[in-house]
Amino acid sequence: MILRNLTMVPPLIRTIISRLLLGVLTLAAVSVIIFSTVSMLPGNFATAILGQSATPETVAAFKSRLGLDQPVATRYFKWVGGILHGDLGESLSSSPGAPRFVADIISSRLRNTFLLASVTALIAVPLSIILGVLCALYRGAAFDRVVNGISLTTISIPEFLVAYILLISVAVRMRWLPTLSNVKDGMDVAEWAYRITLPVLVLTIGIVAHMMRMTRSAIIGVLSSPYIHMAKCKGASQARIILRHALPNAWAPIANVVAVNLAYLVVGVVVVETVFVYPGIGQTMVDAVRTRDLPLVQACALIFASAYILLNLVADIIAISTNPKLLHPR
Amino acid sequence: MAEENATIEKVESLPSGTKRGPLLLTIRNLVINGLVDDTAVPILRGVDLDVHRGEVIGLIGESGAGKSTLGLAGLGIVNEGCIIVDGSITFDGIDLRNCPESVKRHLRGVRVAYVAQSAAASFNPAHKLIDQVVESSEIHKTEPRKRAVERAVTLFGELALPEPARIGERYPHQVSGGQLQRLMTAMAMNCAPDLIIFDEPTTALDVTTQVEVLGAIRKVVQQFGTAAIYISHDLALVSQMAHRIVVLKDGIKVEEAETRQMLASPEHPYTRTLWAVRSLEKSAAVAARPILDIRHINAAYGHVRVLEDVSFAVPRGHTVAVVGESGSGKSTLARVVCGLLRVQQGEVVFDGTRLPPLRKERTRDILRRIQLVYQSADTSMNPSHTVRKLLSRPLRLYFGLKGSAADQRVNELLDMIEMSGAYIDRYPSELSGGQKQRISIARALAANPDLIVCDEVTSALDQVIQEGILKLLMSLQKELSLSYLFITHDLATVKAIADEVAVMHRGRVVRFGEKNAVLSPPFDDYTQLLMSSVPQMDPDWLDGVIQKRTGDGTHA
Repeated sequence: MILRNLTMVPPLIRTIISRLLLGVLTLAAVSVIIFSTVSMLPGNFATAILGQSATPETVAAFKSRLGLDQPVATRYFKWVGGILHGDLGESLSSSPGAPRFVADIISSRLRNTFLLASVTALIAVPLSIILGVLCALYRGAAFDRVVNGISLTTISIPEFLVAYILLISVAVRMRWLPTLSNVKDGMDVAEWAYRITLPVLVLTIGIVAHMMRMTRSAIIGVLSSPYIHMAKCKGASQARIILRHALPNAWAPIANVVAVNLAYLVVGVVVVETVFVYPGIGQTMVDAVRTRDLPLVQACALIFASAYILLNLVADIIAISTNPKLLHPR
Repeated sequence: MAEENATIEKVESLPSGTKRGPLLLTIRNLVINGLVDDTAVPILRGVDLDVHRGEVIGLIGESGAGKSTLGLAGLGIVNEGCIIVDGSITFDGIDLRNCPESVKRHLRGVRVAYVAQSAAASFNPAHKLIDQVVESSEIHKTEPRKRAVERAVTLFGELALPEPARIGERYPHQVSGGQLQRLMTAMAMNCAPDLIIFDEPTTALDVTTQVEVLGAIRKVVQQFGTAAIYISHDLALVSQMAHRIVVLKDGIKVEEAETRQMLASPEHPYTRTLWAVRSLEKSAAVAARPILDIRHINAAYGHVRVLEDVSFAVPRGHTVAVVGESGSGKSTLARVVCGLLRVQQGEVVFDGTRLPPLRKERTRDILRRIQLVYQSADTSMNPSHTVRKLLSRPLRLYFGLKGSAADQRVNELLDMIEMSGAYIDRYPSELSGGQKQRISIARALAANPDLIVCDEVTSALDQVIQEGILKLLMSLQKELSLSYLFITHDLATVKAIADEVAVMHRGRVVRFGEKNAVLSPPFDDYTQLLMSSVPQMDPDWLDGVIQKRTGDGTHA
């Protein structure tokens, strides 16, 4: 019914709405997968908390207090119902009278992760697009070869190694930057920026190469089109050909690779967070898995999934809105 | 053909010697090599060309003759992977071979402009048409944008584009192919260049649109006194546009003459072969029972009705040509016959039994007996399969042939299409366009079909190769008593191969019957339009057509 009414709506809006609906559906499917996999995790929170020597009675009492004795389906719907009301549930580490809410545990960590990701993105995305455009412009020249060589190298080195190399050289030897990035609430901005410089640097090195190479090859892919030849025949300069004729037609693949890399900044930073002891969501999840804190693991997984879906949605929308055929229907 | 006699008379009455302006472009002994896997392959082998101000030169030859390379050389552009080895290119006193890139850049778009073959691909999809049409003046800052836009709008009017003041606000995908081709001409004319290179500007259009575009191009070129190089593989077309015709073959100029003289008495034997397909004609076949009977078919894509009450029969051993312009429903009909599209109404009867509408509902034997050959042999063959694999797949699927039995049959098939076993291990990329189309035909033959649906199988090929393919199809028909449903937009091909003709227009069959009956008067309006749109080997043909159409008040 909704879909039928949509035929009146311009195709761009229609496509965006249908993508949004699809995104919600995907998220629902992901929530089922997360819940069932987490429930199947080996190990037992009760024994992890109460110790191996706990009697079956204590374990049973503990389980019933946390609702773990109910069937999986019931627990799933309770969980989803809670989320829809903004309630992510209680952490299993709560004790009677001192509840620890998942939302509280996560919120400050998540903010830290988002801050780190945003700062990195603000630097890395423009940098890689500019580098990619320049490489396409000077294709085959020394600049292109050097940038390509460096980017290949950084792609090949694992992130933790980059992190440790920088840690040892910049922080330990030269003492320019701190080894720990343990930011706290209420820290002033200068101090905060100083502390996160190293992680931002490591993450930037990690993602610029992918995005830059995709920008370069997307532009070069477009360069073989007849309309580029036409622009050349009109006397357009190389810079004009790239910026005005190639780039507008290359946004879709660029937006896609940017989205994947930004999602990585949210979900894949656990290594960097651990190296620099940065209190982000990645560390939280690793800790939660270790302590079998299922509600916390589920919440983290759901946040990661949402980040992926949301960023890909944005990439799709960028791809669609730079496609004149959809933007300006016949 | 009768036109040829007429041509000779006209040539005799032609005032001798056309006035020529001063020399504009001089190309001397131009040698250009292309690099294929690090080996130099000659593309142009020492070509001379003179273009005078206000003169239109026709450049003709088959694909691979070096026409486009020569045309681009006039802009000082060599395609990537090609190098100028020898010779000189001089445009109005400027040495295009040795001057710096910046000097050449400032000529392009302003003094020399280019009109490409595929207008649809040559407009940037991301920008409005008007921005692209006035881009040259913007790049070279020849005049303020407002003036350039005004000039463009005037040109749009001259080129008979609808809504000249507003069409520029659209994007390329929002106008038709014929309109794009005219817009591209406007784009080339916008800075009033001295020379325009037209690189097969109407090849991608169907005949009726082609006439309009040709007329429009010629009108503005004459009006502005622009010199032009008009590249085409169709001699009849070139003769409408050009004062002088240059024939290229394998990178060498084989003949150059004034248009009328060349048409009246072509000297080089190669030039005479350019008439090839036009002289091919099939004699009438005897009546036979239908192998395919199409009865009152209606078909649609979504809500768009594409076929409306289409009925005709293909007699066994005959060729029925389906002609019409693009969008007339020809290819949809082929899809219905092959079971790729479900009909809404009507039925297709094959050899006395009603065909299930969709492919997956048909028996393997029925699938085997109806084969399809596509327009583009390039895209219909898996590029990573050898000829052996391409041809033995249907053998295995339909007859269970394997190993040496399959190989033997593949060799037989290659013989049938006049290619030898030497090609058996080649990949499609190692074959020429004509050879690829022969392999597609062999792939259809491998199934021992009764009916082959040929969808524009010769449209992408040049005249000489077309002739070879058409002759092959005819001899195969005789040998194997095949029936063809032959879809084409080219009436010369129809004359060459058809027994019966179905003329389609907007999803309906407007005329069906024996070839000579359909292709001779009295015509219905649409067949008349189609017939009169086929370029004739007569330099006055276009004048005649345009005069007639404007005189009648009928719009093409």
